[in-house]
Amino acid sequence: MTHRDIVVVGAGPAGLAAAEGALAAGARVTLIDSADQPGGQYHRMLPEAYEATRPEALQHGWTAFQRRLRRVRGHPDCAWWSESSVWALERPDPAPDRDSDLDRDPDRDSDPDRDREQPRPPRVHVLRGPADGSGRRRTTLEPDALVLAVGAHDRVLPFPGWELPGVFTAGAAQALAKGERVVVGDRAVIAGTGPFLLPVAASLLEAGAQVLEVLEANTPRTVARGWSQRPWQLAAQAGKSGELAEYTALLLRHRVPYRTGRTVVEARGDGRVEEVVTARLRPDWSVVPGSERTLAVDAVCVTHGFSPQLELPVAAGCALRGTLGGEFVAVDDDQATSRPGVYAAGEITGVAGAPAARAEGALAGWRAAGGDPDTAAVRRLRRSRDQGRAFAERLARAHPIGAAWPGWLRPETVVCRCEEADYASLCRAAADPAGSAARVAKLATRAGLGPCQARVCGPTVAELNARLSGAPADREAEGLPVPAPHRRPLAQPIRLGELAAAPQPPHQP
Amino acid sequence: MSPRRVRAESDAVGRQDRPLRITVDGEPVDGVEGQTLAGVLLAADRLAWRRGRSGAPRGVFCGIGVCFDCLVTVGEDRDVRACRRRARDGDEVTTQSRAPGGLVDRNEPTPPPTEK
Ligand SMILES: Cc1cc2nc3c(=O)[nH]c(=O)nc-3n(C[C@H](O)[C@H](O)[C@H](O)COP(=O)(O)OP(=O)(O)OC[C@H]3O[C@@H](n4cnc5c(N)ncnc54)[C@H](O)[C@@H]3O)c2cc1C
Ligand code: FES
Repeated sequence: MTHRDIVVVGAGPAGLAAAEGALAAGARVTLIDSADQPGGQYHRMLPEAYEATRPEALQHGWTAFQRRLRRVRGHPDCAWWSESSVWALERPDPAPDRDSDLDRDPDRDSDPDRDREQPRPPRVHVLRGPADGSGRRRTTLEPDALVLAVGAHDRVLPFPGWELPGVFTAGAAQALAKGERVVVGDRAVIAGTGPFLLPVAASLLEAGAQVLEVLEANTPRTVARGWSQRPWQLAAQAGKSGELAEYTALLLRHRVPYRTGRTVVEARGDGRVEEVVTARLRPDWSVVPGSERTLAVDAVCVTHGFSPQLELPVAAGCALRGTLGGEFVAVDDDQATSRPGVYAAGEITGVAGAPAARAEGALAGWRAAGGDPDTAAVRRLRRSRDQGRAFAERLARAHPIGAAWPGWLRPETVVCRCEEADYASLCRAAADPAGSAARVAKLATRAGLGPCQARVCGPTVAELNARLSGAPADREAEGLPVPAPHRRPLAQPIRLGELAAAPQPPHQP
Repeated sequence: MSPRRVRAESDAVGRQDRPLRITVDGEPVDGVEGQTLAGVLLAADRLAWRRGRSGAPRGVFCGIGVCFDCLVTVGEDRDVRACRRRARDGDEVTTQSRAPGGLVDRNEPTPPPTEK
């Protein structure tokens, strides 16, 4: 077997397992993450400067994680690139002329698996240096196979006042508490949907905040029906039950109410959040009139699920698949995407939590490196990956976004945070007969044209447009290209100076 | 009280605090080594430091580099995501505004102020 060069983007549970899998199959691995420490969201580590003596106090599965980390980072064939952002993927020419490909490695041609990998995976453009700094080093890698494991971020639906300081995504509260011991407030409400509400509540309690309420928007019936019978058994298969039971016990101990069928429908305050209005919801998330309650808070943490970070898979040309929980990267039984030599693992293929991300990663790394597809260990990985997928499906069914959520919007509610485009302007653009197509709406309202490039509001604006105009979200407007959500030529910001500087050879320390 | 750092003495993770000082628009703000700029600002009870197009205040929203709400200028570098950049002792942070009269989009029409 030849030594393949594998690039793994993302060093969370999925990427780390992918690196380990690829190394086990005999590949050389470059593991890249924009963070300065590995671990991703789930194993977010404390800064080294904290010199923590008991970092495991905040972590689940810490020993196994540390062991894996040592095996990967200590491996002679692994290069760990921290503070390195993949800012673009450049696809090879669409139709490579195989005969004129003079500098092909004859060794590689004798490898039957190679055929599948024509054309080659995209070139990987990397910037190395502190986040958004100037003068980072620019480097390009040309791997034999690429594993994308870039994870997800919270999806948050707009509501009046969600742009006030003091309203955070649940993930932000988690990242600050776990990653640098900053607690976002003293009197917090955690709202939205999904099991992620629980670890966030646990982190805030651990860090000494008062958690007034945890609000699951879905009704007990929706949640129970989604999980069907024996939800805990299913969770056990996905390796999650102990963790969830622990969080539940913690909420009980701190007497934090966990309410279902209720959510935050408004945040109010003068320059920062001072109170929230919560309301009871019907199964479709319409507000039950008269059920509103006001609560004084200094922090609100919200999550309505996770959005996968799709810009790199889309840049690589990977096909997506629509699911109940939104669009994800489509992968086959080996975690291979629709593009030759490009594999995907973790939350970009579906949201099922860290154990599932690990199984997917291990499989993706092993197969990307050309590992034997039919060993007992691989079969075991596939089984646990399949359990993860089943878990993801139940999760999506138990914690859907109710169709009537726009009922809590007001005309002046900001929908696109960057451009401060409000609901009224979206409605106006949609009412204009020429304006129903998403692209026209975008130009008319500027929704989605700000610095975040629609990462936050994209799915929401598409959904609202489709509903308001009665047209599918991607209807083509006269003379304008069909909008391509997730298409962001620059996956991460790069400065002009950095772009102009000559790229450097990759294998410099 | 609002956002703050868990006290080192009582922190379950058993950590050390090594103080650092940055300036924000010239004013000194204290933090500890290892924190992100966003963490330093929040723990100093600065919940907002950027202004949107309407002048509305913004701080941290996503915490992981996705929303760009937290942008600051660090030294000469504009548009640094404060939630992703580790603070260094002596960092000179300047806040940004997209409102008219702010650093960006100076020639936009004046929107109604949303904040007193
Ligand atoms: C803020 C946040 C906090 C979370 N906390 C928890 C928690 O405490 N408990 C829990 O059960 N679940 C948590 N989750 C859910 C979490 O997504 C999964 O549990 C798990 O971490 C997913 O693993 P992953 O490997 O797929 O992705 P991640 O863990 O998200 O890892 C992806 C990695 O890719 C890197 N990356 C992304 N884009 C690039 C790029 N262009 N260039 C270089 N590197 C890149 C990121 O820096 C990141 O380290 C959290 C999610 C979020 C968004
Ligand atoms: S808070 Fe969202 S990018 Fe920093």
